[in-house]
Amino acid sequence: MGRKLLLEKAHVPGIRSYEVYRREGGYASVEKAFKHMSPDLVTEEVKKSGLRGRGGAGFPTGMKWSFLAKPEGVPRYLVCNADESEPGTFKDRYLMEFIPHLLIEGLIVASYALGSNRTYIYIRGEYAWIVDILEQAIAEANANGWLGKNIMGTGFDCQIYVQRGAGAYICGEETALIESLEGKRGNPRIKPPFPAVKGLWDCPTVVNNVETLAAVVPIINLGGEEYAKIGIGKSTGTKLISACGNINKPGVFEIDMTISVEEFIYSEEYCGGIPNGKKLKACIPGGSSVPILPANLLFKTAKGDTRIMNYESLSDGGFATGTMMGSGGFIVLDEDQCVVRHTLTLARFYRHESCGQCSPCREGTGWMEKILKNIEYGKGKKSDIDLLWDIQRKIEGNTICPLGDAAAWPVAAAIRHFRDEFEWHVDNPVESQSRNFGLAHYADPRPVPVTA
Amino acid sequence: MAFTEDKLKKVQEIIARYPDGKHKSALIPVLHLAQEEHGGWLSSETMDYVASLLKIEPIEVYEVATFYSMYNLKPVGRYLFEVCQTGPCMVNGSDQIIDYIKEKLGIGVGETTTDGLFTLKTVECLGACGYAPMMQLGKHYREHLTKEKVDQIIEECRSKATSLN
Repeated sequence: MGRKLLLEKAHVPGIRSYEVYRREGGYASVEKAFKHMSPDLVTEEVKKSGLRGRGGAGFPTGMKWSFLAKPEGVPRYLVCNADESEPGTFKDRYLMEFIPHLLIEGLIVASYALGSNRTYIYIRGEYAWIVDILEQAIAEANANGWLGKNIMGTGFDCQIYVQRGAGAYICGEETALIESLEGKRGNPRIKPPFPAVKGLWDCPTVVNNVETLAAVVPIINLGGEEYAKIGIGKSTGTKLISACGNINKPGVFEIDMTISVEEFIYSEEYCGGIPNGKKLKACIPGGSSVPILPANLLFKTAKGDTRIMNYESLSDGGFATGTMMGSGGFIVLDEDQCVVRHTLTLARFYRHESCGQCSPCREGTGWMEKILKNIEYGKGKKSDIDLLWDIQRKIEGNTICPLGDAAAWPVAAAIRHFRDEFEWHVDNPVESQSRNFGLAHYADPRPVPVTA
Repeated sequence: MAFTEDKLKKVQEIIARYPDGKHKSALIPVLHLAQEEHGGWLSSETMDYVASLLKIEPIEVYEVATFYSMYNLKPVGRYLFEVCQTGPCMVNGSDQIIDYIKEKLGIGVGETTTDGLFTLKTVECLGACGYAPMMQLGKHYREHLTKEKVDQIIEECRSKATSLN
């Protein structure tokens, strides 16, 4: 049983209300920070904790905070990214829905560290009912003196506002989020300047994911060094994993990043194995944009080491034989699933969500969807597979924001590891309409061509 | 179109969340309000009204309204079924759910039933992957969908509509 720092109290009856949350020890980190720590010391603790951004990129949070420019007389802003939209990812929703005060508490401490007097939670528009839950929690925090003017006599003022988006995956990219918060289309900005220098309304801004900000609470309570003792290497603390697809127990799990991928899928404590005695075919462990891995590469790295649920181990082998931790959106596919069809839904997703600013992404995502549709529906040619490969190569790295990469990677990895399934679709246009390729040899270890 | 006093007060509350002069930030929340008031979609008159409320140019409203998928730019039925079809939902049978709704309501994706009650829309990942297949209906999610559950939801909407009429 791993240690729980975020969800430990999430199922205490009534924890959504302030009284119960407070009775269970809530807001202790605000008391500790405001009474005994300077803002810089809070940032120091976060640095020591080794916390890495939980939204997907995994950038060290303390370092991000220390980049924040602090020119005299210019307001600074903290924005919480609750635009969770990466397919497979639903962990932030869970945290906000079940234990909203944890996020509010983390936001207050982080606002204090960064000097943000107006802090915004930008939440995806579809999570409409969660807006009410958060606004209720904010109202309670205000009523109990944790927000407002001169909090706890420190002279620090802070207010938190919830801003609803309106349906756009791209607004999870921090500069697109800022544009959206300014009342514009979610078109990512060219960087530099980075938001730390010129962000919301051209002021220095930090944008952090929900889970990242919630993790500030245990970091302050335990101390950064204690927090860093949980986990392995540069994967410190705990991580929320939202597991879905063909598993017996889909849901959100908090793990300390020391368990193996195999244990995560098959143990009763987590996913509980695959339904109906089916075999594992493939897995996308970090949200739809990270590379899909066949079963043989998922449990062991190419070197033969056990693959662990953490940043380093999941990315072991690079994109040739590894994948990424990403957002922790863990999608499991069993032997009956078709990799071509699954990749097609992802390609359609990225075409739908491309903001249209950069030609490689705007045009390329559409082309990839069309070609995948042809292959899936028995109208593909062998040369289409090479064409797909070529298109994704021309998108990757050639766009303003990482959506282009996010669209290219799933297609690249599907071809890299499942090329014979694509070829089977092309060679068997009729048969492929009535049955799936199946497991084939993917369950057995086999050498993987290094094409990346 | 014009907002009621209550809604106008709400608009002022929203504008107060931002620093002075940054009221354009209220656009996305105010468009949500306008869409709720105006039968679930945004006409050009509605968008022009929002522009006048926020003292911005109509084009600034159009460019935002056309960017975000939650704004409907054509009339929709009273009950909008927004069914997710992305990977994790597909793996759990969303295609079959979409087909069943089409058959049951006799409409295609993007269409509205002749009685004006239902519109079917397919959407991309709504963050309910572990509770798939799913749809958004109004403010809430309906998850773990089955054919039986779809039948129940349709019945529920029909009887709600009857009691409202």
